[in-house]
Amino acid sequence: MAGKKHLFNITILSHPPIDQTGTEERAAKFTKRSIKGPSKKQGLRMVLSMIDLTTLEGKDTPGKVSQLCTKAKQLHHQIPDLPRVAAICVYPSMVGIAKTALKGSDIKVASVATAFPSGQSSLRIKLSDTRLAIEQGADEIDMVISRGKFHSGEYNFVFDEIASIKEACGKARLKVILETGELGTLEQIRKASDIAMNAGADFIKTSTGKIQPAATMPVTLTMLEAIRDYYYKTGKMVGMKAAGGISKSKLALHYLVMVKETLGEAWLDKKWFRFGASSLANDVLMQVAKEEEGTYQSATYFSID
Amino acid sequence: MAKQKKGIKPTLIWNSNWEYSPAPESAKPAAIAKKYELFIDGKWQQPVEKGYFKTINPATEEVLSDVATASKKDVDKAVTAARNAYEKYWRKLSGAERGKYIFRIARIMQERARELAITETLDGGKPIKESRDFDIPTAANHFFYYAGWADKLAYAFPNQKVSSLGVAGQITPWNFPLLMAAWKIAPALATGNTVVLKPAETTPLTTLKLAEIIQEADLPPGVVNIITGSGETGVMLTQHPNINKIAFTGSTEVGKLIQATLAGTSKKLTLELGGKGANIIFEDAPIDQAVEGVINGIFFNQGHVCCAGSRLYVQESIAKTFIAKLKDRLATLRVGDPMDKNTDIGAINSFQQLKSIQSYIEIGKKEGASFYQSKCKIPNQGYFCPPILFSNVAQSSRIAQEEIFGPVLCILTFRTEDEVIEKANNTPYGLSAGVWTDKGARIFNLTKRLRAGVIWANTYNLFDPVSPFGGYKESGFGREGGLHGLYPYVQLS
Repeated sequence: MAGKKHLFNITILSHPPIDQTGTEERAAKFTKRSIKGPSKKQGLRMVLSMIDLTTLEGKDTPGKVSQLCTKAKQLHHQIPDLPRVAAICVYPSMVGIAKTALKGSDIKVASVATAFPSGQSSLRIKLSDTRLAIEQGADEIDMVISRGKFHSGEYNFVFDEIASIKEACGKARLKVILETGELGTLEQIRKASDIAMNAGADFIKTSTGKIQPAATMPVTLTMLEAIRDYYYKTGKMVGMKAAGGISKSKLALHYLVMVKETLGEAWLDKKWFRFGASSLANDVLMQVAKEEEGTYQSATYFSID
Repeated sequence: MAKQKKGIKPTLIWNSNWEYSPAPESAKPAAIAKKYELFIDGKWQQPVEKGYFKTINPATEEVLSDVATASKKDVDKAVTAARNAYEKYWRKLSGAERGKYIFRIARIMQERARELAITETLDGGKPIKESRDFDIPTAANHFFYYAGWADKLAYAFPNQKVSSLGVAGQITPWNFPLLMAAWKIAPALATGNTVVLKPAETTPLTTLKLAEIIQEADLPPGVVNIITGSGETGVMLTQHPNINKIAFTGSTEVGKLIQATLAGTSKKLTLELGGKGANIIFEDAPIDQAVEGVINGIFFNQGHVCCAGSRLYVQESIAKTFIAKLKDRLATLRVGDPMDKNTDIGAINSFQQLKSIQSYIEIGKKEGASFYQSKCKIPNQGYFCPPILFSNVAQSSRIAQEEIFGPVLCILTFRTEDEVIEKANNTPYGLSAGVWTDKGARIFNLTKRLRAGVIWANTYNLFDPVSPFGGYKESGFGREGGLHGLYPYVQLS
């Protein structure tokens, strides 16, 4: 896609209506699936492999970030055959530290950019923010859309901004954060998803994690359905990242059920589905340990980075 | 980024490396007895002619229990017991006292919910997910709801004198055995009538367990009597001279016979019969939610639903997309062991019903409709039928006119609002319909002009004890549920 210009087109906004009650009912049905035995073991490992281990705090330091990277490489030394997480997600200033700490592993470094989390800045600043992360070696960029402009109806502005950031990303994959908690309705979320995908997003992502509500199942389902329609229309796969609010393994498994039954096998891969989370990994590890040992282990056996 | 090769149509892959492991519910809590007798006059009684029939699990074809066949003498005994109970106890009790008994039934049903759900699934073949989350809770809710009316009848019918009728003879179908028993027994008791109920031959077990619950709730003997048997027993019940009211849910064919039998008698009658519900999708509908509603409308309970949305009308402009989405959704429906918590479509209720569905499939193919069936694996044993879509169906096709009562959806297209209203009403039935559109005004226009007892807008197969249910035309008459559900059981003056 690199180099190809993305142009705004009014048909991008012509999605089918979204019925909120129906979407909530459908989302609730996924939680009725009973995931037990081997499918639970396999599912939990898949969840681990899809995590973007995240720290996005003002008080982040090189020490904190490199410790998190160590955890990413070795989630638990006693459990055999654990997958590694998909990526570490940090602020641009920490990309270099993470890159060094993860050298030699296949773990990606994702960086938030574009005046994260509010996005209230100029395109010039956003582009230089993105370039800073790219220059440090970021493999993935998590940008935020301009929600203010979106609410003002300036959809082409939002579109062009995403397209510009996409260009600045070069080979890095672009995740576009819609900040669904600020968009108001599922219809708006669908509209923002369509704009982002058409503007060149490699992933669409629910939330920054700084606003409540963050990811919910009905919101994620609406985005997965947008991805499905876009795939049927264009043949292009777009990834999905559910971020914020998913801290328990049971809920994470429900999300996987939703992906499996909405988009099918191809998306059940860290290349196309991610969890943005800081505390999910340990809960999954505790469940994995329980599946291995038959009993729950004390929380003190799991490192807290 | 994965790009499609030119000329290759994007397709989603539904076979997965991550499959759900079996998650079977245990059969043990069902605690099904080897043998069930007749519940008459508060006691379990042997049938006079000592005949028994077997009830089987349609998913395994294994025998679950032997159940008594009620003969004419047994029907007599049951009706007499109900009459005595009516005169001696029930009609003399205050509404508040009747309400107490009904509340008690509801609570015991909730306490024994798991046992009832498992029994319902074993006996009838419906997925445990549905009996657990829909049948049993909704049945208990019906008792709770009508218990509340028992002492408020004066407010239900202001400025009128309300009296009970006497003995109600009730016959329930095999698709929602316990729920239909609740629909019938709860309003009858709340209004001061006594009951003789006959459940369907293939699914008597939860109704017999309800008899145990009624015994446990300590109702006066004879207020509720449960007799089991085939259609013959049902005929004896409807013909019995000492009965004041018949309530029947079942096929239109049998309903017509009952109506003929009752002609010229003073018995009151309500019939809840077949249907061929139209589910109408306009181009401005919320498409993905409508797909879900269509699936739920026709494949809920294997399509054994009288109000099933078995005729799908899709506006021609979106028909192609819509059918493609339906096929995708079909691929994720899990057909198989009803006791598995992840099963979406269970077993067909009986061998006879499976044969009937299969004969309609042949008719549909011969009529030239496009046939599409989900490619899932089904168990070797038991009666199963993977879900089916027939597209390019015409209004004149038999599969579009007759009730199939199975997981078979007929898809027709339309161009304008007037056309679809006319087509939807072009049926001898009139039980249910669904309308999917983003326009409120269109919903009101259609709900006014569609001749169906229940019309859902942007949803389907949603039930609540507060909402009345019943049909027009050959779908029957009388309403069950809600305030309207009290009318068939009272005399107003």
